[in-house]
Amino acid sequence: MPILSLRNLSKRFGRNVVLRDVSLEIETGKTLVVLGPSGTGKSVLLKHIVGLLKPDRGEVWFEGQRIDNIKERDLAVVRENFGFLFQMGALFDSLTNLENVAFPLKEHTTLSAVEIAAKAQDCLAMVGLPEAGPKMPGEMSGGQRKRIALARAIAMGPKVILYDEPTTGLDPIRSDVINELILRLQAKLGVTSIVVTHDMNSAFKVADRIVMLHGGVLHFDGTAETIKQSTDPIVQRFIAGEAGDDELAWMKKA
Amino acid sequence: MPAALIENLGRRTNNSLAVFGDFCVFCGQTFAWLARLLFRAKTWRLVLPQMFDVGVKSVPVVALTGAFIGMVMGIESYAQLKSIGQEERLGALINISVVKQIGPVLAAVMLAGRIGGALTAELGTMNVTEQLDALRVMGADPIGYLVVPRLIACILLTPILTIYSDLLGVLGGYFVSVKTLGIPAAPYWAYSDKAVNTWQILEGVWKGLFFGGAIGLISCYKGFTCGSGASGVGRACTESFVTSFLTIMCMNFFFAKMFQDLYRAIYGFQSLF
Ligand SMILES: Nc1ncnc2c1ncn2[C@@H]1O[C@H](COP(=O)(O)OP(=O)(O)O)[C@@H](O)[C@H]1O
Ligand SMILES: [Mg+2]
Repeated sequence: MPILSLRNLSKRFGRNVVLRDVSLEIETGKTLVVLGPSGTGKSVLLKHIVGLLKPDRGEVWFEGQRIDNIKERDLAVVRENFGFLFQMGALFDSLTNLENVAFPLKEHTTLSAVEIAAKAQDCLAMVGLPEAGPKMPGEMSGGQRKRIALARAIAMGPKVILYDEPTTGLDPIRSDVINELILRLQAKLGVTSIVVTHDMNSAFKVADRIVMLHGGVLHFDGTAETIKQSTDPIVQRFIAGEAGDDELAWMKKA
Repeated sequence: MPAALIENLGRRTNNSLAVFGDFCVFCGQTFAWLARLLFRAKTWRLVLPQMFDVGVKSVPVVALTGAFIGMVMGIESYAQLKSIGQEERLGALINISVVKQIGPVLAAVMLAGRIGGALTAELGTMNVTEQLDALRVMGADPIGYLVVPRLIACILLTPILTIYSDLLGVLGGYFVSVKTLGIPAAPYWAYSDKAVNTWQILEGVWKGLFFGGAIGLISCYKGFTCGSGASGVGRACTESFVTSFLTIMCMNFFFAKMFQDLYRAIYGFQSLF
């Protein structure tokens, strides 16, 4: 049974149709990569999974329970199963790194302050920043902030981790550190991962399965091998990083 | 042309109504959380730092403004009253204006500028950097966690700042009238005492509660709904101040009318002179 399934999801903001009838089954323990150019609705897709956005039409199911139409209070319980790495980290600026990582534990569990601190410290160690605890997020570099945010995302021991562009804005070395972390967390914790990205290196490295979102629909569904061999022009151009006639039309007009 | 004009007007009206409806929902949710969280120790642990931020740092500004207004009123009214030989009643005039209107409105407006803007900027930044989403994902409701403590702080602090503003306004008026214009102190205070009683002072303090509530709700709402990027946050801050300011002025008018009617119904008309 898939751990997560999206059924005929549609979402629009005003006149901007972002998702049309997207259906996707996500297997337990695997890493799914969602590719797509900026602004196609990758973040919107992720936010539907944890109920931060509600679909106009369609359903979201998690472990056999429909979660897109449940009350906020019940949703909070379901969300304990998810870790979400936001695009820019979304660390709380007014809290230290350790307090940031401890935050979900404080909200969701009845552990004592000492136990929480110890657990948060473990998570920081897991992302390779055991000394960062007392510092503020503002003192960290971009890559370090993402790792702290990742430590926070895994603090509750989630079943599913959602990564929103984990390597965007990082140099190739820092990106690879994140890729290795994604692999390691999957191996160590056995989590299901959904990685949204437009970084092909990252996609090839971590993916068990790759889908591509284009024009509000899933344009491709396969593996790292099959996407390399795909003859679809949109897929090919995306992998090669070449702009097509559509994207360059404005230049010819000018 | 006129059709386009009307269409435009219609769309704007529609948008404003939608925003107002949205704001009402926000207020409803805030009050629901307020009722649930008001008696929890955890809430108050979040309120106290906010009170410090909102309150202590604003005292000097509010007090100083109050003092200057009191002094200006002394200077402006003295000559007129003296020309009819009534300069000893200056105290009544200054002090009743200060405690009923100038003190509370000034405190609220200062707070709207100093704190309203800061609240909107803080929550707006959290909004555009997805920190509000992060709170939700981690099981903490942003309204309960962020809005409620800030609202409580604003509601409690506006009346307190009103008292500071009143106090310094009264002292400023006294300083100018008695110390520099040479009105004898005894009749100055006697007339003031006759004009200002507990009712008038409480009227100002009571209004402060509502002004504080309006500032807190408007500023937090603007932060929660701001557009993306730094420019979105900046615009939200400006809108937040303007909206709070107009709301305070408008509320003050209705309070003035209400309290006048109420006072008259209970005590009848009482002349200042
Ligand atoms: N809360 C929102 N309100 C209105 N429009 C939104 C909202 N969130 C996203 N959008 C729009 O949806 C589209 C997809 O956005 P997003 O999912 O962030 O793209 P990306 O694939 O780069 O993550 C964009 O056009 C964006 O403007
Ligand atoms: Mg995105």
